[in-house]
Amino acid sequence: MAAVATNPTAPSPARQRKERLDRGIKVRSEDIYALNSWRELAYLLAPRVLPVILVLLLGFGAPLYWQRVLLSTMVFGLLAISWDLLAQAGMVCLGQALFFGVGAYIAGILNHYFGITPFVTIPLGALGGGLLCTLLLLPVLRLRGIYFAMVTLILPLMIERIIEATKIFGGTEGISGLTPLPGHGLELFLIMAAFWIALFGFRRMMTSDYGLVLKGINDNDRAVMSAGLNIYRYKAQILFLAGSTGAFAGAFMTHAYQFVGMPVFALDYSILPIASAAVGGLGTLAGPALGAFILVPMSELLRGFGGLRIVIYAVLLVVFTVGLPEGVFHFLRRKYTQFERWAEVSK
Amino acid sequence: MSAEVILEVRDLAKSFGGVRAVDGVSFSLKRNELMGVIGPNGSGKTTLVNLLSGFVKPDAGQIVYQGQDITGWAPYRIAEQGIARTFQMVKPFYQLPAFKNLVVPLISPRVKRLAGGAYGDRDAVAKDLLEEVGFERDSWVINKQAAVLPHGYLKRLELARCLALRPDVLILDELFSGLSLAEVASLVPVIEKLMVQGKTIVMVEHRLKELFRIADRVIVLNFGQKIAEGEPEEVMVQDDVRKAYLGSEAED
Repeated sequence: MAAVATNPTAPSPARQRKERLDRGIKVRSEDIYALNSWRELAYLLAPRVLPVILVLLLGFGAPLYWQRVLLSTMVFGLLAISWDLLAQAGMVCLGQALFFGVGAYIAGILNHYFGITPFVTIPLGALGGGLLCTLLLLPVLRLRGIYFAMVTLILPLMIERIIEATKIFGGTEGISGLTPLPGHGLELFLIMAAFWIALFGFRRMMTSDYGLVLKGINDNDRAVMSAGLNIYRYKAQILFLAGSTGAFAGAFMTHAYQFVGMPVFALDYSILPIASAAVGGLGTLAGPALGAFILVPMSELLRGFGGLRIVIYAVLLVVFTVGLPEGVFHFLRRKYTQFERWAEVSK
Repeated sequence: MSAEVILEVRDLAKSFGGVRAVDGVSFSLKRNELMGVIGPNGSGKTTLVNLLSGFVKPDAGQIVYQGQDITGWAPYRIAEQGIARTFQMVKPFYQLPAFKNLVVPLISPRVKRLAGGAYGDRDAVAKDLLEEVGFERDSWVINKQAAVLPHGYLKRLELARCLALRPDVLILDELFSGLSLAEVASLVPVIEKLMVQGKTIVMVEHRLKELFRIADRVIVLNFGQKIAEGEPEEVMVQDDVRKAYLGSEAED
């Protein structure tokens, strides 16, 4: 790999430069060669398997309070994954709350008015929410960048006002007393499964040829059009996938809290996924998910500070984004796959 | 050369606000012909390309391709029919390695249809195409991220991306711009080879010397109107053409 920046603190600054190279084991464990030895295989599997095990242990070992924090962390993680998926297909979304809220309300309505079990309302909320949001955003798919973003920002706030004004579905009171999922253990297991399936599944998708087209749309949508591909079809499909992911999170949360109301359309659900992506690192799906795992527990830890909580939270957010502008995930991945050394400059 | 008309353009017009970018342009393009489109800056060349490829909808006029009226069709449908274009401002798929840039057109429905339902090894096809436009096979450049490629390679990549669609008609929007004499000289045989393969090419170009060597016919635009048409040598001696170019090409 190419050499990188010069550093004034270098041992002998004039004659040396810093080099960044792929680790031998990284190269050795690529492709089928990972089966060379247990060490290569472990190197390849560790970053994928260890987080799953760690979260499992954390989830079932921690006290109930932290189990609930983990649960909402993964809900926000799903929203962050959903946000990054859209971003990778060139759609910057400022209204993840739309997906979350629509999914939450569909599940709540089905459960409250029709008495349907959560095991049916959650999948229906996810799919129906994805479908409804896709239909809502279909007319603005032609908009790009900031224009698309503005519409997504406005839609959830608009729906919130509609519910308030027309007093439908419980109006400002919302709907409470919904059926919970049987048992906290099952609840936790369900959200974990959804989180990992979404993360690994979408990451896999992005490396396929289908994902290649999505990246192409992000880089230069006109070139994709002139390659004979209907980009609006691709965008609508991604909107549905990302919408369903967000709507699942909402539908799940409705039953976890046994309540659905106007706050599900609040800005928090739109902003936090973006902050997670900024902290964790854009464009990898894993980055934003990791970002949620940093931000949500951090926000809980800061509860002791009372009124100053938001101030400290904001300062930490700035520290993260200024200190590691590439994102925590990209930083960790670089350290894991590459090493740095000082090399003589031959001139 | 067969005399079959592949693309027929009638009275095409497009205005942006008060500016008549393309104002009643007509021409017909025969199969396996290389037609140059020249004209001073702002004469409507790129708008014409955008009209032909569907990125801009015409206010009036008609575009008939192989007997089918394709006026106002969406860009991807026109591309699907076999009209491919390059962009003057080259913007590759930055995140992807050079050869993966071609995989995007290679998975289009058109390529699948022409290949008889099976795609084959797309990476290999992509590398073949890159070789065709002058990349060295198995060189580091092919696997390099498109974002770091030099301009000359990006222009070739742009042409290869166009070819990946297996087009019948290629519209090349200032393919030679920003290239050195040597780079242009190495691209000319590539285009000549495409003509031998039976492609039909429309070249919008400012590099007249190189264009005139390979073009069968040239049309000249000025203020959105076609002011001359004919073989390269006879067009350039016309008075109004010289007047239109005076100042912009006189020092060339």
